Formats: sequence, C-alpha cells, structure tokens
Amino acid sequence: MLKNTHIKAAVAAVALAFAANASAAEGTLENVKTKGFLQCGVSTGLPGFSNPDADGNWQGLDVDVCRAVAAAVLGDASKVKYTPLTAKERFTALQSGEIDILSRNTTWTLTRDSSLGLNFAGVNYYDGQGFMVSKELGVSSAKELDGAAVCIQSGTTTELNLADYFREHGMKYTPVVFDTSDQTVKGFEAGRCDVLTSDQSQLYALRIKLAKPDSAMVLPEIISKEPLGPVVRQGDDQWLNIVKWSLFAMINAEEYGLNSANADDMLKSTNPNVRRILGLEGPKGKGLGLDDKWGYNIVKQVGSYGDSFDRNVGKGSPLGIARGVNALWKDGGFQYAPPIR
Amino acid sequence: MAAHPSSKDNSANSLRKIWFDPNVRALVFQIIVVIGVIGFFYYIISNALFNLEQRGITTGFGFMNQTAGFGIIQSLVEYDESHTFGRTFVVGLLNTILISALGIIFATILGFIMGVARLSNNWLISRVATVYIETMRNIPLLLQIFFWYFAVLRALPSPRQSAHIGEAVFLNVRGLYMPSPVMEAGSNIVVFAFIAAIIGSFIIAKWAKRRQMATGQPFPVFSVSAALIILLPLLTFFVMGKPISLDYPALKGFNFQGGMVIIPELAALLVALTTYTAAFIAEIVRSGILAVSKGQSEAAESLGLTRTQALKLVIIPQAMRVIIPPLTSQYLNLTKNSSLATAIGYPDLVSVFMGTTLNQTGQAIEVIALTMAVYLTISITTSILMNIYNKKMALVER
Repeated sequence: MLKNTHIKAAVAAVALAFAANASAAEGTLENVKTKGFLQCGVSTGLPGFSNPDADGNWQGLDVDVCRAVAAAVLGDASKVKYTPLTAKERFTALQSGEIDILSRNTTWTLTRDSSLGLNFAGVNYYDGQGFMVSKELGVSSAKELDGAAVCIQSGTTTELNLADYFREHGMKYTPVVFDTSDQTVKGFEAGRCDVLTSDQSQLYALRIKLAKPDSAMVLPEIISKEPLGPVVRQGDDQWLNIVKWSLFAMINAEEYGLNSANADDMLKSTNPNVRRILGLEGPKGKGLGLDDKWGYNIVKQVGSYGDSFDRNVGKGSPLGIARGVNALWKDGGFQYAPPIR
Repeated sequence: MAAHPSSKDNSANSLRKIWFDPNVRALVFQIIVVIGVIGFFYYIISNALFNLEQRGITTGFGFMNQTAGFGIIQSLVEYDESHTFGRTFVVGLLNTILISALGIIFATILGFIMGVARLSNNWLISRVATVYIETMRNIPLLLQIFFWYFAVLRALPSPRQSAHIGEAVFLNVRGLYMPSPVMEAGSNIVVFAFIAAIIGSFIIAKWAKRRQMATGQPFPVFSVSAALIILLPLLTFFVMGKPISLDYPALKGFNFQGGMVIIPELAALLVALTTYTAAFIAEIVRSGILAVSKGQSEAAESLGLTRTQALKLVIIPQAMRVIIPPLTSQYLNLTKNSSLATAIGYPDLVSVFMGTTLNQTGQAIEVIALTMAVYLTISITTSILMNIYNKKMALVER
C-alpha cells in the first residue's frame, strides 16, 4: 500500500504534465455534472472526520462536506466517490485534477492559499495542535517534554509547529516521522516515541484506535491555530462559490433551526431566512449555477452543521468532543456564516 | 553504356537508389525517432509549465533557499530546523547513500557466503543456505522491512530498562547507544597513522604476492597487517598523550543523551535490504561458480590445492566474469529499494525530500524531477564503477 502511495504521488505529478491544456477555469461544475458524481479527496481513515464504517461507507465531518456539495450540485448526497489520500499526496491530487474537492482536515495557511494554486473554501472545524502521552510517563504539561522522542505524521503543519514550539521553549526533541496516522499510532504504542503530536481532534480520534485508550492522555497545551476546511483548485470561482456556500448553508441551517428531520415541514415556514435557505424565495440557485433546491437538498440529505457535528465528533459519537469554539457565533463559538440573501 | 538515359531519369534513379540504401534508411528513421522523442518531451514540459501558470502554482527551485523548519532524526551533516530545504535534500541524499553503501557491503559478503554454502558438499550447510535463499527471495521486501522494524521494536526494552554492557553501550527501543570519540588537538596525527597503516598493509600484501610468485615463499600477510593496523595508531595515541577521549551516553530525562546512536529504523532497513538482496546475490554467485568448467576444480585438486585454495585461486576468479554484470543489477536494485525506507520512518531522500519537503513546499514537479535525477545519477555511477571493475576482471586472451 505504501509503495502505491509514492506511485500515486508521482503519477499525480506526471498528470500535471499531461493534463488537458484547457484552463482550469472552464468548469469543474460542468465536469462533475457530466461525470454524474463528485470525486472527493479524504483522509486514509480518521474516525469522526473521514473514516469508512463497517460496511465500507465513508462517514465523518469532512465527508459531510463532500455529501453537501454533491447534494447541491447533483441533487443526491450519495453521488460521491472517495479518494483516500495521505497528507503528502493531497495537494498534488487536487492540483492535477484527480479530485474535485479536498475535504481532509487540512489547515488553512498563507503558503497553501497563495503559492500552491489552491483556494480554501471555509472552515468546518477550528482545531489546535496538542500532545498525547502515555500516562505511565507521569508528565502533566508539554513544558516537561525536553528531550522527548515525538511521533509525527510527515508533511503536515504539525511538523513545523512542533519544531517552533520546542525551539521557542529551549527544549530538544527527536522527531520520528511516519507516512500515515496508523503508522504513527503503531510507533507510539511500540514505545518508539514518548509523545504523539497532532491536531487535538485527531488525538482524540487516534486515542480510541489504541489497544488500551485509557493508558494515554492528552496534555492541556494547545500550541497552534489549525483552521481546517475544504479546498478547491484556484482559478474556478464558480466552483469555489459552490463549495463555500454549501458549507455556509449547513451553518445557516443550524442557526435557523433546520435539520434533515424537519426540512419538509419547514417548507411551510414563514420565516424569510428559512425560506431563502430552502430556495423558496431570495437569490435561489441562479448565481451559483445550481438548481433552486440546492439548499433544501443539503438540509434534507445531509442536515445542518450542528447535526453533522453531533453525529460525527460530538456528543452522539464515540469521540464526544465538546462544541467549544466550534459552536455557533450566537452560542459563543466561531462558526459564523454570511447570510443567504 | 550505349543507352544514354535522360538526366531527369538519372536523378530519379539515384534518388530511388538512395532510398533503398539500408544505411540511409536507418539514418532517416533514427532522425524521425529523435525528432519524435524531443517533440514529445517538449510537449509535456511546455504543457506542464502552462498548466502550472494557469493554476497559479509557483515554479522554480527558489524554495531550496527557504527555511525548512522541521526536524530530522538522523543526519550525517549538521542540521536543525533553521537550515534550508536545500540542506534537507543533502541530509536525505547522504542518508540514502549511507544505507545503500552499507547494504551493498553486507549483502555482498552474506551473498557470497550463502552462494558458496549452497554448493557445499556438507548436506546441512547446503540445505540451510537453500532454505534461506528460497525464503528471502519469495517474500516481498516491504513485508520484510515491516517485519524487522516491528520485530526489532517489540523485542527491545524501554530506555529506563535498557540492556547494557557496562556504562558504555546501551540497547533500547530508541536505538543502540555507544560512546562517540571526541577529537582533541593532536588527534589528526593518530588518524593519519591509522591511514598510513592501512596503506602500508596494502603495500605489504602486494610485495608478498610478488615474492611468492618469484620464490614460492608464502608470507603471513594477514597477521602482519593486523598488527600494523592496530599497533601503529595505538602507539601514536599514547605518544601524542591520548588526544582522543570518549563521550559516553547517559540517561537524562526521557532518553539517552550524548554518545552516538544507531536508530532502529536504520537497523531494520539495513537487515531487511541486506538479507533480501543477499539471497539474489547468492544465486548469482552459485550460477557463476557452476559456470566454471568442472575440469578446473579437478585440475586444481590434482595440483594438490585444498578446496578452499581451489575456490579462492581458481574457481572464484573465473566465476567473477559471470558474476559481475548481474551483481551490478543487484546493487542498483538495493539502492532503489532503499526508498522503501519511508514506510518505517528512516529519513532517506524519498522520505525527507520527496515526502516532507514536497508537502511543505508543494513543488511536486521540481522535487520529483530532482529525486529521479539523483537515483539516476547514483545508478549510473554504480554501473560505471562496476563496468570498470568488470573490464579489469574480463578474460584477457593472450
């Protein structure tokens, strides 16, 4: 499988050379409609964000973004094909057109937004980097980690933040770098490293993958800002708008009390905000080049942001992560979507 | 002679003649192929550049001067987070060369032993070699790497329960820790003495061979060289007032600090590459030995040479002519296979440069092109060196 990984990366790079000369600007939307499905890049398996269930169906917070876009564009949330990508492969896969959208716990940074030919469409999870240690170690703060061996997944912002943090605090560390999060966990379990570092949400997800989840604990320090969100290719404004507003529709839906269970009843609602999300009045789908029912399809088939959060990572999931900063703005969190009007 | 064809006919005829000339035709087709290949590469390169520009992706090798900002577990040159991506390239390259060189040396030694052992008259030895060769050749290398890495890790104790020899050598899950030499003033003379001793023993070996050829008198080359190589630097060491001291590893906090360390990633990868490639080399050695006519061993025997002497002086030198070309291929395979390092986190070129660096910069085409160029260069260099050696060993007809 690993060999495959590198072949994939190389093939993606070569694909850039062979890709049709037509500019990217002429329509990912048309492309997706012609194909009849959305090609979505996800992680190789991260519980809560993108992970195949027992039947092989992909589920998670990031997967729901793909499903929302498919619902908006094709009217059917199930018309998505998933491409599992490692951190190292993800951008090349998107640049070369292998996938239409990358929805894979990817941190929004200046370099990535400005020099890789990519555009970030929004933030579906506000995260920060943390540390997981074995309880046996008797460590209670990241500041006690001088000289520790640290397991990391290669090619992530995590790797850079770690170096910054240890340098800033005058501490030393030994980096042990693996390709996938699975290998990272294995290395941590085998005792190759004292600490596993990653985004905090991932630490909770990886912890339940351990043979004995109770033997490990997550340290309180958060050493970075990690706004995670979906990414598209630069140069296709229409497609960027579609992905952006699919996410905003989910967040707005939560704000106005819409969800998949009440979507049909709400068609009778007199609240103009609700009516605009459902495509009954207001701008409808014209500006985005979509069907007027795009918002309704998202709400009906995928649900609101709050539904998705609870189902995948929140109180209705094994991860049980609190809403925290990911709560809506009116509940004291950061999630704030521009109005649909 | 009588008929005078018109000049027009003549030129058409000569044109046809040229066209049916096999040399001319071959040349024309070769030119067409070359133009085709150049055109193909021109097309894909210009197309790639166009696409990159269209999509707003930065191109060029400017990123090589940016600060890398990530750590690497093992580097042969000085490296930390503040060095550049260009430096990470060098670090990865040296780690690849290190693992390949060590792998080639150990695989050659093990391969020759196993190849000869498989032909041994001793039933047990030949069967052990057969089982080894057939097992190693038939299991995918990646699985073997995983096996060695996780077998190695699982078997080792944690840093606090390290297995140790005295207070100098420690073995634990983080690696094998050993004292490292600290060079002080005057130490270069000791190093110089060591090099001189090695050169000296080569000269002795050459002289002894020539003397044996001329007079038939053997000379104990091995013991004399061994004594020279050990005693001369030791003597200089004491004369210079012990300028080399040792830095011992010691448990501080989580891990051992000081000394030098062989990381388990290196150990596992080296074992896997060595045992896997050695199995192929053993088969090459066996076929080489079998290619030497049986009459040669009989002749050697009738001269009164022992089996070891016959192998060393008669059989192997002749077998080498058959062995070297396929052996070169195995060396190339080993070098390329070392890129599987990334599976277990050994920081080779593919892992550090085509992995982390590519992802931090997003410069896929530049990074992959450079990585491919490096493997090509290493392979061609190995190939050239082995060809020179092959020429030297080839049969010289008198």
